[in-house]
Amino acid sequence: VKAESAALISGLGSSDVGRRLHRDPLLLTADAALAAIADAGLERHDIDGLSTYPGAIGSTPGITGAGIDDVRTLLGLDLRWHTGGLELAGQLGSIANAVLAVAGGLATHILCFRSVWESTAQVEAGDRSSIVARSQRREVRSGQPYGVGYATYGALAMQRYMHESGATREQFAQARRRQSGERRPEPRRRVSRPPDGRRLPRARMISDPLCLFDCDVPVDGAVAFVVSRADSSAVHRRRALRIEALGTASGFQASADMLWSRTDLKPSDVDVAEIYDGFTIYSVRWLEALSLTPRNETGPFIEDGRRISLDGELPISTGGGQLSAGRLHGYGALLEACIQPAAGRRHPSGAGDRPRSRAVSSGAESFTSCLLLTR
Amino acid sequence: VNFGSNGARRVGGGSTRQDRCACACQGRDLEPEVASGRGTVWSFTVNRHKWSPGLEPPYVLAEVELEEQSGLRLLTSIIDCDDVRIGMPVHVRFEQAGDAWVPVFGP
Repeated sequence: VKAESAALISGLGSSDVGRRLHRDPLLLTADAALAAIADAGLERHDIDGLSTYPGAIGSTPGITGAGIDDVRTLLGLDLRWHTGGLELAGQLGSIANAVLAVAGGLATHILCFRSVWESTAQVEAGDRSSIVARSQRREVRSGQPYGVGYATYGALAMQRYMHESGATREQFAQARRRQSGERRPEPRRRVSRPPDGRRLPRARMISDPLCLFDCDVPVDGAVAFVVSRADSSAVHRRRALRIEALGTASGFQASADMLWSRTDLKPSDVDVAEIYDGFTIYSVRWLEALSLTPRNETGPFIEDGRRISLDGELPISTGGGQLSAGRLHGYGALLEACIQPAAGRRHPSGAGDRPRSRAVSSGAESFTSCLLLTR
Repeated sequence: VNFGSNGARRVGGGSTRQDRCACACQGRDLEPEVASGRGTVWSFTVNRHKWSPGLEPPYVLAEVELEEQSGLRLLTSIIDCDDVRIGMPVHVRFEQAGDAWVPVFGP
């Protein structure tokens, strides 16, 4: 029996999400957590596990809004199991950990959360670039003599991809031009306008060929889910989402390969892809790793934006993704995968006998994870 | 890859060479190894954002693949070149940064 079948996503919730909310990150976290618990039809005392990324471990200002013990004490929880950390399998590794914990019988209802307050924190503490010089993290320090920043890695990957595939910056810009999700029950506000044909040439270059529009946007906000034992009588089975497969291996391709090795479903069974887009190149890498677009052909695939729009054959990042809706770090993508009602043209409602599925991914380089969800 | 110190002109590649790698042969005799200092540009970027107080942009950052091993890549700077291209052959030189010497590459 695979671990995935022992767990369900039984509830979800979100706080306000936006730029410079100037709200206590603990309260944002509590808003999301209580909403998720209520959405699952549970009470606080039902929660016996907590899982997060990264928790009370600092790296850059506002990158974490609450730790495990903050939430335990804030909500008055009695925990049988908990985990958090910076070296999980991507941000959604915290969901994978929760699945394993309920499958192993350590807990019954695990609250998973991710909270950020980067937008407000940066007002006081300075932006990420000012932190690079002070950072103690090994991979950041080793780049110090050269003046390496976070965007350097995205720029190098993007340049190499454009060299190998012939993709253009204009095609990359399309990955950011998506439907605003007008059919969603609660449209999330865009925090950044996508570039049009006139704005792209004037975009501020950060590190060629990567421009400001290729970088996700720091925001304040929290998102939470409840992962429950599938056999719990408290779960609304009809509303809950099944986790068809997990990929937790290190690296885009290894993680995606692991996911497909754990299911009979195929990439053609995916009707919406909520993929991690910390830099635009990461969404391209995920699409190809998951075999949702052909190797080195993602540029032409996304070129005019139609195929990846809500009415297209493969809607991606339907809530705007991190590039437009803000860096909720994988949890925004999972939230969108759970609530986006549109299914794209690939599988019109009622057509076919295969279950419709949604692909979600998080992380980049060697800290990666992906999920395949079904109803 | 270790950086040489005290001006020592070397790039040690010992810990990432497959034939000496602990994961492959379970060897324990890991040590820095002098590399040729020759490689090719695997990717590069013209950085335009000021990440470090002492470094004025623009400057070129690159991943250089060392000739000793496919996939052995070093994050570094490219200097003395106005027209960097992927695949371009480069060789190492060392610049002093505080009390360390760091490897940078150029044509």
